[in-house]
Amino acid sequence: MRVLRLKVNGDELEVAAPDHWSLLEVLRYRLNLTGSKQGCDKGDCGACTVLLDGKPVLACMTLAGLAEGHAITTIEGLMPAHIAAGGSGPDPVQSAFDRCGALQCGFCQPGMILSARALLERNKTPTRTQIREALAGNLCRCTGYTQIFEAVELAIAESLGVAPAARAWEAPLAESRAKRGES
Amino acid sequence: MGARDQHGVGAPWGGFHVIGKPNRKLDGLAKATGAALYADDLALPGMLHAKTLRSPHAHAKILSIDASAALALPGVQAVITGRDLPIQYGVIPWTQDENALALDKVRFIGDPVAAVAAIDEDTANAALKLIRVEYELLHAYLDPRESLVRHDPPIHAGRKEGNVSKHVQLAFGDVDAELAAAELVVENHYSFHGTTHAPIEPHCALAQYSADGLLTLWSSTQITHYVQRALSKVLELPAQRIRVVQPCLGGAFGGKSDPFSLEFTTCKLAMITGRPVKMLWTREEVFYAHRGRHPMQLHYKSGVTREGKLVAVDAKILIDGGSYSSFGLVTTYYAGQLLTGPYDFKSYRFDSTRVFTNKPPCGPKRGHGSVQPRFAFEVQLDEIAEKLALDPIELRRRNFQGSHVRTVNGQRVTSNGFLQCLDEVERASGWHKRRGKLGRGRGLGLAGSMYISGTNYPVYPNAMPQAGVQIALERSGRCTIFTGGNDIGQGSNSMVAYVVAEELGLSLEQVRVVAADTDLCPVDLGAYSSRVTFMVGNAAIDAARKLRAQLVLALAAEWKVDPARILLEGGRASDKGDAARSITSAEAIQIAEARFDTLGSTGSYNTPTLGGDYRGGTIGASPAYSFTAHVAEVEVDEETGRIRVERVWIAHDCGRALNPMIVAGQMEGSAYMGVAEALGEEHGVNRFGLHAGPNLLDYRIPTSVDTPELAALIVESLDPEGPYGAKEAGEGPLHPSLPAISNAVFDACGIRLRHLPFTPGKVLAALRASRAEVRTC
Repeated sequence: MRVLRLKVNGDELEVAAPDHWSLLEVLRYRLNLTGSKQGCDKGDCGACTVLLDGKPVLACMTLAGLAEGHAITTIEGLMPAHIAAGGSGPDPVQSAFDRCGALQCGFCQPGMILSARALLERNKTPTRTQIREALAGNLCRCTGYTQIFEAVELAIAESLGVAPAARAWEAPLAESRAKRGES
Repeated sequence: MGARDQHGVGAPWGGFHVIGKPNRKLDGLAKATGAALYADDLALPGMLHAKTLRSPHAHAKILSIDASAALALPGVQAVITGRDLPIQYGVIPWTQDENALALDKVRFIGDPVAAVAAIDEDTANAALKLIRVEYELLHAYLDPRESLVRHDPPIHAGRKEGNVSKHVQLAFGDVDAELAAAELVVENHYSFHGTTHAPIEPHCALAQYSADGLLTLWSSTQITHYVQRALSKVLELPAQRIRVVQPCLGGAFGGKSDPFSLEFTTCKLAMITGRPVKMLWTREEVFYAHRGRHPMQLHYKSGVTREGKLVAVDAKILIDGGSYSSFGLVTTYYAGQLLTGPYDFKSYRFDSTRVFTNKPPCGPKRGHGSVQPRFAFEVQLDEIAEKLALDPIELRRRNFQGSHVRTVNGQRVTSNGFLQCLDEVERASGWHKRRGKLGRGRGLGLAGSMYISGTNYPVYPNAMPQAGVQIALERSGRCTIFTGGNDIGQGSNSMVAYVVAEELGLSLEQVRVVAADTDLCPVDLGAYSSRVTFMVGNAAIDAARKLRAQLVLALAAEWKVDPARILLEGGRASDKGDAARSITSAEAIQIAEARFDTLGSTGSYNTPTLGGDYRGGTIGASPAYSFTAHVAEVEVDEETGRIRVERVWIAHDCGRALNPMIVAGQMEGSAYMGVAEALGEEHGVNRFGLHAGPNLLDYRIPTSVDTPELAALIVESLDPEGPYGAKEAGEGPLHPSLPAISNAVFDACGIRLRHLPFTPGKVLAALRASRAEVRTC
């Protein structure tokens, strides 16, 4: 057991945990920050992704002690940070995921959103290929990733003040509804 | 009973305000911000952590279990074995062959043997190592063909069928005569290898047994109601003393639709210790729990006329069920019963046999029982088109069964938008301009399918509704919907909110949904067989229309106008005849509450009488079928044998898209999962029965880089019985992925891939064989 000094979402915290505990265990089972998920506990799925000094890391593969002295951001930290920076409501990436249907079961999404957030910090206008590559460490089993890509692209479009690309289903569906007299 | 009424495909009040639009999901932001609570996010004061000891042998007798050293370990509170939970269960009432912990024998590597509750996970894990189990090894069956013929020792004792789990043989029309008269007969063997769901959330359960004897289980299940029934049986408690709650669920795909060992063991341990008990399975344990898609050996023989009209289909299928029955009875029927659309055949026969083997038990995975036969048959159709020099789309058009027809096996098909699905993928893929013209190594392939929107066969026979919904309207303007339906990420909670908001003219902000809690919600049978939108949606309309009538009557009386003038939409109630008269829905509710008393209603849905008039004729009988067509574009690297799926166009007839964004998400997710099964996911065991790679590195689910571009094309056929015309969208769109890829590979380089998965080795072997054939010609 050791006492750790961690800086989590801007809060300086002291927490006691067994020496061998991962950052994920400390976040989830000591600090009750359960937004970071455990999907495999061995670094395969990415559901536990958090940001360490702004860079995505796997919390299940990071000994909690090694996170001392670094700024840890979990999914719970995004909205308060956005509000503190003068925004309102959730972080624009969280909001874009919500509005694009990118959250089905939602279990992979805290990690996914943090990976996306980190990507947009280092590249404001990534291409779809760059988005694919940046999210390749976060497995999603529900969406087939398409609506996740669309969400990241919506966040980019909104940050640039331009309209996002139309989705494949929109025009054909509108056309067939118009044909039978429905809007 | 209102539930059996048809509610109509349109909005009686003119246009839709909520339905059909890409609205937000109710729980989207809770999930995006990390606020949503899943089973392992819950904790209770004094909670113990439990772990499971599992069998290291594929087939063995348990001679003795000594848990004394484990019990003596400081921090260990209880150890239980099969003797503590001797009553068998199983999701199908006639095939209950499971124990929460093995009783007397183990049947696969990973079969649960004992469970420990301790003050923390480390202590529980240490205790597992101290439990001594003495086994006597038995012959392990790993090849389903052996299980067909050898029954000694049996995997399950006392069955007259030996190691055969279920055999179904059904024939419709004179298959032999039709085959004899057919102008072309194509016959081939196909196989499916076995895959698993791999939801990102591992199974987790938390049990609490209160001082007054109330048992509560929070579990990552997609069938709350059946878990409550199973707990009642095994724990010998009345169901009314058991509460089962499904917290937010991190994916399921059918993999959480059996009652599972941890649900019983946590409850039992909580009852023994008087403390809350949680168990979270490791990823490895999720692979052992399995219930994934059955490996199948499939033999198909089809007869057609010169014009390509199907006259006979003859199928023989061997199904590897793994070690327990699970849903296997249904799987064995589905393997044959769900093939009889979207094409019309004059005669059909299938012979399906499910056998037990000493492997992790198979069960229902997205597209239960029908993905494998569909693969075989749609590849065979492509072979027929090739032999007749017909365009594969044209062949399917010629065999289209039409809408409002009865299938050869007596199932009633209502709406059928399959032709429009073909049109959509033909147009979007540039089929005629591009197929066969993309150059060596690149090709397009097509496949079609149909699937059920629920079935009229409840898992246990009863005459009660399949789905119930209750609504409370409160004078602040808040509306709470109670549904037993399980939202497993597919958005069913949002779906009921859209329906009720539409019916009552509320804004979505006014609506809350309480779901999947057996203490609070009316019964729904759960999230399986793609039944929830159709059944819970209809039940929600039924409940909401009763409240709508009260609101309209109360306002008409208050304003002294004809009820036809009352308009409810977007959080307001107004008078069509007087634009100045408009109030909030909260005010409207207050007027209705003053007139009629506290406002609430219930509604339900049950299927009409459906199915063929023969034994098993109701299995696979659905109130409505969905239809899908895919075109896949592939690139085959002939040096390495690697197939890359570049793009999949998915056209799906979902009746009506209650929310097209959610429907598109289901279509894309389905297609992705199908592509993964075609190209590489494999749930296999080695020659000892040990899982080949029970982790997400070896079991290669596609990443964002591996997944093709997916284009969802929504077809709305407006089903006469679906809620506003809606049918399913969550499972059907998976089916064509596998055969469409095989057919595209044929277009790319002239090889037929009939055995899944399409690994580089198989591709290279097929390429070699085709070159050899060319040389010998």
